[in-house]
Amino acid sequence: MKFTLSWLKDHLETSASLDEILFALTDLGHEVEGVEDPAARLGAFRVARIIEASQHPNADRLRVCRVETRPEGPDGPSVEVQVVCGAPNARTGLIGVFAPPGTHVPGTGVDLKPGVIRGVESNGMMCSERELELSEDHDGIIELPEGTLLGQRYIDYKGLNDPMIWVKITPNRPDALGVRGIARDLAARGLGKLKDMPIVAIKGQFPSPIGVQIDPALKAKGCPVFSGRVIRGVKNGPSPDWMQARLKAIGLRPISALVDITNYFTFGLSRPLHVFDAAKVKGDLRIHPAKGGEELLALDGKTYTLAAGQMLISDDQGPESLAGIMGGEVSGCTPETVDVFLESAWWDPITIAATGRALKINSDARYRFERGIDPAFTVDGLELATQMILDLCGGTPSDVVIDGAIPDMTRSYRFDPARVGALVGLDIPESEQRQTLTALGFRLEGNQAFPPGWRPDVQGEADLVEEVARVASLSNLKGQPMARMLPGVPKPILTPLQKREKAARRTLAALGYNECVTYSFIDAGAAALFGGGSDALRVDNPISSEMSHMRPDLLPGLLRAAARNQARGFMDLALFELGPVFTGGEPGEQRVQATALLVGAQAARDPHGSRRMVDVFDAKADAEAVLAALGAPQRVQVGRKVEGWFHPGRSGEIGLGPVKLAMFGEVHPKVLAAMDVKGPAMALTVYLEAVPQPKVNATAKAALQASDLQPVERDFAFVVDKGVEALTMVNAAQGADKALIAAVRVFDQFTGDKAEAQMGAGKKSLAISVRLQPTDKTLTEAEIEAVSARIIEKVAKATGGVLRG
Amino acid sequence: MDGLDTLRNKFIAAIAGASDEAALEEVRLSALGKKGEISALMGGLGKMEPEARKAAGASLNVLRDEIDAALRGRKAGLADAALDARLKSEWLDVTLPGRPRPAGTIHPVSQVMDELTAIFADMGFSVAEGPQIESDWFNFDALNIPPEHPARQEHDTFFMHRAEGDDRPPHVLRTHTSPVQIRALQAQGAPIRVIAPGRVYRMDMDQTHTPMFHQVEGLAIDRNVTMANLKWCLEEFCRAFFEVDEVELRFRASHFPFTEPSAEVDIRYSVQNGQIKLGQGDKWMEILGSGMVHPKVLAAAGVNPDEWQGFAFGMGIDRIAMLKYGIPDLRAFFEADLRWLRHYGFAALDMPDLARGLRG
Repeated sequence: MKFTLSWLKDHLETSASLDEILFALTDLGHEVEGVEDPAARLGAFRVARIIEASQHPNADRLRVCRVETRPEGPDGPSVEVQVVCGAPNARTGLIGVFAPPGTHVPGTGVDLKPGVIRGVESNGMMCSERELELSEDHDGIIELPEGTLLGQRYIDYKGLNDPMIWVKITPNRPDALGVRGIARDLAARGLGKLKDMPIVAIKGQFPSPIGVQIDPALKAKGCPVFSGRVIRGVKNGPSPDWMQARLKAIGLRPISALVDITNYFTFGLSRPLHVFDAAKVKGDLRIHPAKGGEELLALDGKTYTLAAGQMLISDDQGPESLAGIMGGEVSGCTPETVDVFLESAWWDPITIAATGRALKINSDARYRFERGIDPAFTVDGLELATQMILDLCGGTPSDVVIDGAIPDMTRSYRFDPARVGALVGLDIPESEQRQTLTALGFRLEGNQAFPPGWRPDVQGEADLVEEVARVASLSNLKGQPMARMLPGVPKPILTPLQKREKAARRTLAALGYNECVTYSFIDAGAAALFGGGSDALRVDNPISSEMSHMRPDLLPGLLRAAARNQARGFMDLALFELGPVFTGGEPGEQRVQATALLVGAQAARDPHGSRRMVDVFDAKADAEAVLAALGAPQRVQVGRKVEGWFHPGRSGEIGLGPVKLAMFGEVHPKVLAAMDVKGPAMALTVYLEAVPQPKVNATAKAALQASDLQPVERDFAFVVDKGVEALTMVNAAQGADKALIAAVRVFDQFTGDKAEAQMGAGKKSLAISVRLQPTDKTLTEAEIEAVSARIIEKVAKATGGVLRG
Repeated sequence: MDGLDTLRNKFIAAIAGASDEAALEEVRLSALGKKGEISALMGGLGKMEPEARKAAGASLNVLRDEIDAALRGRKAGLADAALDARLKSEWLDVTLPGRPRPAGTIHPVSQVMDELTAIFADMGFSVAEGPQIESDWFNFDALNIPPEHPARQEHDTFFMHRAEGDDRPPHVLRTHTSPVQIRALQAQGAPIRVIAPGRVYRMDMDQTHTPMFHQVEGLAIDRNVTMANLKWCLEEFCRAFFEVDEVELRFRASHFPFTEPSAEVDIRYSVQNGQIKLGQGDKWMEILGSGMVHPKVLAAAGVNPDEWQGFAFGMGIDRIAMLKYGIPDLRAFFEADLRWLRHYGFAALDMPDLARGLRG
């Protein structure tokens, strides 16, 4: 919402400075977005007189002028200045506009400095209109009439000293979309007095030749009241300068007096109006729901097709206006308009909002009607606008025609002066509270407050508190300490899952991964690669096709991040993200996962030969480290039921029975190619919610079992089929004597062509180290031999392996 | 016994002259070995008269001990010299890099969320969460934003696709963390104090906006919580979070459908040498929106507004992270540029807590 200071002062009698007004606006909730103060830009330009203009000694086109200036204003001393001027009209006796050195000239962008022009000193400038950015005129310097007061600011002389103020109006305040509503708020704040705006009903000279009828369906909801009148014999020329200046200042293009008057009412009083060229209206105006399919060429030059139920104003020849949103071109006013039909109606906010949104029309009228303007001002607004048309365009008014009735919005709420203290914590005397509400237009009857028609937002007691506190100023609020709900040391507040997120995140960072936060939406192609991309997870109005689907997994985002980093020359990466992925389109169909991605080498080249390419076992170790940090049980199964975006032979799943805790593996080469990542690339995902909660909640740990007896380590190398998994062997060995065997560890694998040459085709060797921990007596050689035999037997049974000779 | 002196001199000289352990061993054998000269003299004692044997024995013992000590001394010296020589040969270029240890980082958004949690936990707030695909009832209606209200249009909402035949209003990507207020109140009732940090979504993308960003919601409902308590709470938070001794907040009337009264909150700051200094100066920066929870919102969440009242606030996490850590561009938060992650990220063990301070 934009307006000018003089416009505001039409409604507000005030001696407040611009700065005081700006502060109050923001403080009242009308945040000032910007101010254009002509005084700041053009305040240095003052009226001056050329005492004498003589020919420049060294230049034919230049004149040397003795200029009488009054730098401190008309009452200040006169100071003579020498100026070299190139304007053809610079002559003795000319009264014009002078800018002293130090002035920024907006039209040229130059900061004036004292100078010497062709050997003659020049201290300032006589200006053209273009130099002040007032017009394109640069044929000569500005000439003012004889007798113009010297020393006054040119903007004051010209009436240009009208700062434009731009405020952000919150959607609850349709009244503040008019200058008068803003003035009322400022008056309530104590910045002046709201001027009276008397409404005089204008007597019609003849019955309106155009009648109005509201369709019964719309009378109930849509258009409760529609009023208007014809004004005959108007002269629709340009609107007066003062009005054009105000409209231009707020960014509107003056069109003609009639149209400008409707805009002036829209912004001045938040009362949108419409003017029809009465000569182009055939028969009466009907306000009715569209059947659907009607077309209308609107004033913005576009043709709109209406859907059934949208509100239309039609005459005998068809649709003439998109009710409450935009008028039609056919019956629009032109400079030739002689008879005008002036419309003032009240439209249902919800209907207007729905239609405006459907037709994608953002008009100043829609903006106000959908927020809810004052219904009581419908006919009053019509009378005021009639008066202005008569004043500016002449003409003869008809009687008012009206259908429907002004809807009754009367309601009241209990006014409890103690609430402001209890809810806000501001101490405001009751008399001041009552004064504030009254100044805002509320009617108080005892302890009942009746909001005015222009405040549809006031819907309860809390709103009364807000009005009082807002006008008193929340900047006066002092903070008051608030005790904890319970005394003493606070209890921990994180949920188990929140603690896990923290632990997983910090563990991954400690393992060397850089945490990323990537968008929750990805493109359809990437989503499809990772089991997503269904319609249920599609965003209907994505900001771009790259962000069309909710992510089914974190890996696509990380792979895209890896590709971007590789494009910048970073080939070796360790990235992770922890966050939600989406399994369906219903609220709650999301889960938290931690996914990490390793790409390229695990270290840079160095003199120690540390560098090697990442492999599956890096990913596995990190997955295990995260699981350990989350308190997952140590005994888990490793299976091969992995998702399709992993290499089928080089990936695994860590689980507990049917519950999948984590996945790790090499990313499928096809996926890598599709995501433009140069491999190798390993990934791991931990499903944070899947890890079971520890059953015991006690802080004490189980007693330490540490035997003083010497443990015994025995190594076994087995020859097995290539496809035998080490975990099968380890579990078999472990099962040989659960009490005695403390640990089984794989310490060597011999595989490949050499191994097969030695041990036979399709064979490999796995070596395990078994640690025996006796608890009551040292083991004898015979006992060790017995256990060893059982281990060999168990392993043979489970894997078909034989001891390597 | 001139003979012994001669012998002593001879062996002492030989010991001193031995250049390595082998030569020294030869000297030892020739002096003290079974067939050594001193051993031979010792062996000859048995044939002497007791008196003479006693005198000669004593002298020989002295000589033997002396030579033995000299041998040991020389041996230690040779070993030291050998070790010195070896150590000298074992020189390494220690300016070579150490073996690489990976160093990961925590994203500033996570770090700031941990900081928020630490501060608000101390004030008795717990952490609540809610879904990011949200029903329009939780995101709007329950928060007193009716359908077709212009306030709803201002949210630039992302809508989820609706299957044909499913006539429910489309779900939305939550446009703010405020729906968590409703969910937390429904689950726990009053009194309650929670914060709800998380991702939110708006259809907006330009220099200073991204279609996804992070907010933290705060909610405190009790029998007599006031807006003055809200101001104190925010002042305490800002002082602790921005790690400054003084902050000054200014409440400015505004409008949010779910609070009444509503206030935008500005923080006082100045710019010194291109750096933002909070707490002093003559400028004000908007940092969050807040207010007293609207009675209709409490009622929608099943809490009786005649009994309970309280405040809510919503703050941009990315924004306060930028402000605190001098991060210039919001869009970079979500681009995962390794250089950015390393530069603005935090160490894994840099875990915010109030006892040691938010930063390490």
